[in-house]
Amino acid sequence: MILLQPTREFRFPVMAECISPDVFQGKTPREIGALQVWEGNKQKALESLFKVEEATVEETVGDVTLEIVGDLRKVRRIGSGMNKGEIIIKGDVGIHLGEEMKGGKIIVQGDAESWVGSMMKGGTIEILGNAGDYLAAPYRGCVTGMKGGKIIVHGSVGTEAGAHMESGMIKIFGNAGEFAGLRMHDGAIYVKGSCMERAGACMMNGKIVIEGHLESVLPTFSIDLFRRKIKIDTSEEVEGPLYVFVGDLAENGSGKLYVSKKNNPQLSCYEKFL
Amino acid sequence: MDLLIKNGFVFDPLNGVNGERMDIAVKNGSIVRDVVERKARKINALGMIVMPGGVDIHTHIAGSEVNTGRLLRPEDHFRDFERKTSVTRAGVGRSIPSTFTTGYRYARMGYTTVMNPAMAPLEAKHTHEELNDTPMVDKASYPLLGNWWFVLEYLAQGDIEQCARHIAWIMDSTKGYAIKVVNPGGLEAWGFGHNVKELDDQVPYFCTTPREIIRGLCKANTLLSLPHTIHVHTNNLGKPGNYTTTIDTMKCVEDLAANDKPVIHLTHCQFSAFKGDDWRTLESGAAEIADYMNNHNHVTMDMGQIIFTDTTTMTADGPFQYALYGLTGNKWVNHDVETETSAGIVPFRYRRKSYVHAIQWSIGLELALLIKDPWRILMTTDHPNAGPFTAYPKIIAWLISKNAREASLKRINPRARGRSLLPSIDRELSLYEIAITTRAGQAKALGLKNKGHLGPGADADLAVYSVNPETTDISRKFRSVRRAFKRAAYTIKGGEVVVKDGEVLKSVSGRTKWVDVKVSEPALITEDMKKRFRTYWTVEYENYPVYEDHLEGLEPINVKARV
Repeated sequence: MILLQPTREFRFPVMAECISPDVFQGKTPREIGALQVWEGNKQKALESLFKVEEATVEETVGDVTLEIVGDLRKVRRIGSGMNKGEIIIKGDVGIHLGEEMKGGKIIVQGDAESWVGSMMKGGTIEILGNAGDYLAAPYRGCVTGMKGGKIIVHGSVGTEAGAHMESGMIKIFGNAGEFAGLRMHDGAIYVKGSCMERAGACMMNGKIVIEGHLESVLPTFSIDLFRRKIKIDTSEEVEGPLYVFVGDLAENGSGKLYVSKKNNPQLSCYEKFL
Repeated sequence: MDLLIKNGFVFDPLNGVNGERMDIAVKNGSIVRDVVERKARKINALGMIVMPGGVDIHTHIAGSEVNTGRLLRPEDHFRDFERKTSVTRAGVGRSIPSTFTTGYRYARMGYTTVMNPAMAPLEAKHTHEELNDTPMVDKASYPLLGNWWFVLEYLAQGDIEQCARHIAWIMDSTKGYAIKVVNPGGLEAWGFGHNVKELDDQVPYFCTTPREIIRGLCKANTLLSLPHTIHVHTNNLGKPGNYTTTIDTMKCVEDLAANDKPVIHLTHCQFSAFKGDDWRTLESGAAEIADYMNNHNHVTMDMGQIIFTDTTTMTADGPFQYALYGLTGNKWVNHDVETETSAGIVPFRYRRKSYVHAIQWSIGLELALLIKDPWRILMTTDHPNAGPFTAYPKIIAWLISKNAREASLKRINPRARGRSLLPSIDRELSLYEIAITTRAGQAKALGLKNKGHLGPGADADLAVYSVNPETTDISRKFRSVRRAFKRAAYTIKGGEVVVKDGEVLKSVSGRTKWVDVKVSEPALITEDMKKRFRTYWTVEYENYPVYEDHLEGLEPINVKARV
């Protein structure tokens, strides 16, 4: 296992796409320390910003595990494009965590900022704290978002979680901001807490399950039926009853929005259309 | 300093030089017969080919439309960026690179002259500002005139001479180079939510038809003796079955041709050569068009070759872009330029596995290979509509090598492969023919006297590529040819070495050409016209023209008109 520790508090953004198990594979701490990162507009060696050490003595043949301890809120693009291995972050982390990652695992024992798992294709990201806006959303202007993998957030997330999502799974155990599942094409989003308005705006397909409170459903969704329960994945099932809405009809979409009946008495007016 | 490019295999089709080993001398930015060898800087081009600098007849690189495309597509920028170096500026963009990067990328491929084919007259100032910022290449713009109200009115009255004088005024006020006609009549109709379908359809609210517009502008072009012909984007572009409209368009100006000289240029012809009733039954109409082209001399064309990639489509053809938006559901920009033209932008991805896109890919190459005369079918991608210009080396490889085509054919949609004519075509273009279709032919079609050749007096714009035609079988080694054309060994612009081994050594600003037409009496500027400017334009008549101080490196081409 390789242990990284910031040597000081960063004042400027650090672009650290090289902090990834794929890059560290087969390198000695000295070689890792010589990798180049940008801090603000200066290119620097990783060792000038982080203390790098090999933490365990046990012989590991498999993939690299990487542990980073400290405040990483200014450090961007950690685990960018990673294929395998594991990153454990003990502290808060900056934007673009796990951008375009294809495999492996990232665990954050703290909060993450925006753009977690942006355009990811595979692997798992687990955040024990909160995440910022644009969870799994693609870069500005792109119309293809998350293509696979799994993101689990134990806290809350900001706006536009899962925008343009094409496949995969996002589980949010806290609350979600506005526009969850904006323009999503497929895949699944589960929100255990409450969700702000406009969930599923312009969605084409896929499903969004909201167990908590959802103030209102967009007028371009129509109620379809009741469900007793809905399966999220093999380990998780939401007990209903749940309203099932279909939309976004403004885009000719056929996405499904499942909203708990118990926590949303204000939606009971839809029942007369059933 | 004088330059001497020694021992290269020179391909100079306009002077009939086909791969002869000779020296090219450069003095004061022009090509000369001889320089004093002792004093000149020598470039050893031994085992390399020397060609005139590339000329691109149709590439959207500047103007409000291109700039809106840049705004629309941040995702096009973030994957492709260039860092600043000691000589070049930083830049971004793949299908719509920023202005400086556009210039550098052209120069790296050995191109030295590019033509921006769509300039709404109202946006002329913007276009020229951007062209000023496009270094390394000489450039010019074609104002869009096929839907301009005054032109339509003059043509409805049948007053060709007055129309020609009016065009001379526009060329002067917009600093334009040639007459561009996009979907004649259709764009004005689009302003009212309609389109025109056939050449004889009435343009709503104007008593004229596309046929009259094309013929009228063609006659006006001849009266004005403009260096280029009219530059036409046909009606019905991008619709299945449109090859008949294309052939009708060529036929409708058949009688206006004299002395075997071309009178019309059909641009990005691939998009206008679709056969079939709908997208499922789409087929190639290239054979029919090529058959017509092989029997007539009055038309030049460019390919508009599809590249399988993600790109941005942008044309003045608003209704076509609307149809494309309907097909893709992608982001869409629609724009009406007051009384002049319209415009549309839609990002688009051409996929190998799509039947339609694969057929389109095949059509472009079929046109280039089935039309026998390389002087009249020129290589373009209609950048960025069918693909970015940086893909030109790929097209060169497809043209010179059947192997290259077959390698690509293997990967396309199988149904399209079955319908493609390419397996039956054995023709492989020689480097001489490549020099024609990428530079000499383009310069000739454009009427650029000093470009596209290496005779004494020509501008010293050269490209040197490291391919040895004596030792390389270009058909089998198409990959090495592709690499060579991607990164020119040397690009020389105006007598200065600006690129070496694909790296920019020096940034030079090119010149902007425009035609200064001398007419016997000036265009009628009536009070009525000024009043209409006040009523219908956001710009007053007095503020409308582009003044010469808007342009850097201005180069007027003097033309004496017959009216």
